[in-house]
Amino acid sequence: MMAYIVRRLLATIPVMAIVGIFVFMLLHLSPGDPAAIIAGDNATEANVAAIRARLGLDRPLYEQFVSWVWQTVRGDLGVSMFSNLPVTTLVMQRAEPTIALALTTLFVAITIAVTLGVLAAWRAGTLVDRVVMGFAVMGFSVPVFVVGYMLVYVFAIQLRWVPVQGYQSIFDGIGPWLHRLILPSVALGLAYVALIARITRASMLEVLAEDYIRTANAKGVGTGRMLLRHALKNAAVPIVTVIGIGVALLISGVVITESVFNLPGVGRLVVDAIARRDYPIIQGVMILFAGVYVLVNLTVDIAYTFLDPRIRY
Amino acid sequence: MATAISTGDNATPRRGKIADFVRRNPTIVVGGTLMSLIALAALFAPLIAGDPLSFQPINRLKGPSAEFLLGTDSLGRDVFARMVYGARISLLVGLSVAAISIVAGLFVGLTAGYFPRLDTFVMRLMDGIMAIPAILLAIALVSLMGASVRVVIIAISIPEIPRVTRLVRSVVLSVRELPYVDAARSNGTRAFKILRRHILPSTIPPLIVQATYVSASAILTEAGLSFLGAGTPPEFPTWGNMIAQSRLYLSIAPWTIFAPGICLALVVLAVNLLGDGLRDHLDPRLARRM
Repeated sequence: MMAYIVRRLLATIPVMAIVGIFVFMLLHLSPGDPAAIIAGDNATEANVAAIRARLGLDRPLYEQFVSWVWQTVRGDLGVSMFSNLPVTTLVMQRAEPTIALALTTLFVAITIAVTLGVLAAWRAGTLVDRVVMGFAVMGFSVPVFVVGYMLVYVFAIQLRWVPVQGYQSIFDGIGPWLHRLILPSVALGLAYVALIARITRASMLEVLAEDYIRTANAKGVGTGRMLLRHALKNAAVPIVTVIGIGVALLISGVVITESVFNLPGVGRLVVDAIARRDYPIIQGVMILFAGVYVLVNLTVDIAYTFLDPRIRY
Repeated sequence: MATAISTGDNATPRRGKIADFVRRNPTIVVGGTLMSLIALAALFAPLIAGDPLSFQPINRLKGPSAEFLLGTDSLGRDVFARMVYGARISLLVGLSVAAISIVAGLFVGLTAGYFPRLDTFVMRLMDGIMAIPAILLAIALVSLMGASVRVVIIAISIPEIPRVTRLVRSVVLSVRELPYVDAARSNGTRAFKILRRHILPSTIPPLIVQATYVSASAILTEAGLSFLGAGTPPEFPTWGNMIAQSRLYLSIAPWTIFAPGICLALVVLAVNLLGDGLRDHLDPRLARRM
């Protein structure tokens, strides 16, 4: 088991290395001189050269790459070109709304999706099943910002139940915090609900056809216990896999959702940075998001052994 | 028995066959019809809609009327006309991204699946690309290479390639060891011919299905990029930038947001339905798993 975990950890190194090379090349081979952009329209040649030297952009590309990798590995993501603050500090300042949004969305999505998926599988072929699956296809199809504005229009503008946008720190009280996160997490969660509900249904259908489910029914196990303890537990592996894969969807969605609901998170930070070509922030956040994705999927792989002891490595 | 079947076939007029197809594949029919209607609207946009670019500040934020079917936006532009023209960008991006990423993914997937020496390297590369959030990758590419429809298409295609590659590779891995491929190999058939004649055909049905999902996802990503202001240049009306430009007027002119939003949802829904239907039709084994 330990050996497997170590092996999986080592396997993430080449993936992260490729992410690093890709992100670095993407930014450094693109046309346009960041030093000239920072210096502004009225800068002299000397000004631009000074900025270039300060940022190390005058050094050969491989030298820049090596020093950047060395920095990143030690957890130093560099300094923002515009605010002169370390990227790690900027990310930490913006981390709370993003983490809060991601976690509430995961919670909302998994709860709703697994319930719907189990219901649909249990009542396969009936109206309930069709409604749930129809809803799932819809969920895939409506972009998060469209759902977001529809929810805002109904619940914030017409009914005035929740604020239109903004974020309040959890340290100022759970109530107001949750109040502002409900709409964003439902909007962001919809596609995720669709994805997880579909796989839950499929996986449950397979398990429900097993002999031991018939046995459980025959010996008089209650429906709820049969569905949850006997079936869902054994249907968990594909569900957890999809939750892991869906994190990519979630991260992309976070960037847009933060913009719709004006949440001051990491997604907004990077979108603003891209507009200003603040290279260190763009590189840092991309590496960070990729790291989260890789880490989540690593955790999922390891979780298999706990969910299904038959899986051995 | 054989005669019974053939009489049955002969007795079924063409219309009966169509009705039969419709009954068996409702999602293909619904998705396909919806898709065709939207494609026709996009193609003949100048015939059914007015000028999407002209603006009349005197008519700003007017509700739906006979002159402006879906009202006007904050600059007094015709929302209906912009909506119809917006379909062009969405469909163009959806089709092009599907074509590019399918061709590229097919090439990479066949290579990786058939040549074990390249496999690990190529798949790690694909894992790396998949780890970067698609929308960030696309925004970065667009803002660095300069916003144009062509760049948007390329930027959205790159993150889609790994998914196609994985699919193709998995098919190749399962087909590679089948007896008929082994037979071809022992005959001395060259790798290129084996790939083209014996392996490629097996990848086609799942690829057709994948193409629909890729275009659905591409349409959503394009809309997201336009919404964030990092996509198609703002002089083109797109559903994403229509929503972004109207976001401040949600409470007083909701139609300016809901009209393009509903279009977007309908197109993606149509493509997804088409994909689900094709999947059930082409690959019943996969359908059961999903």
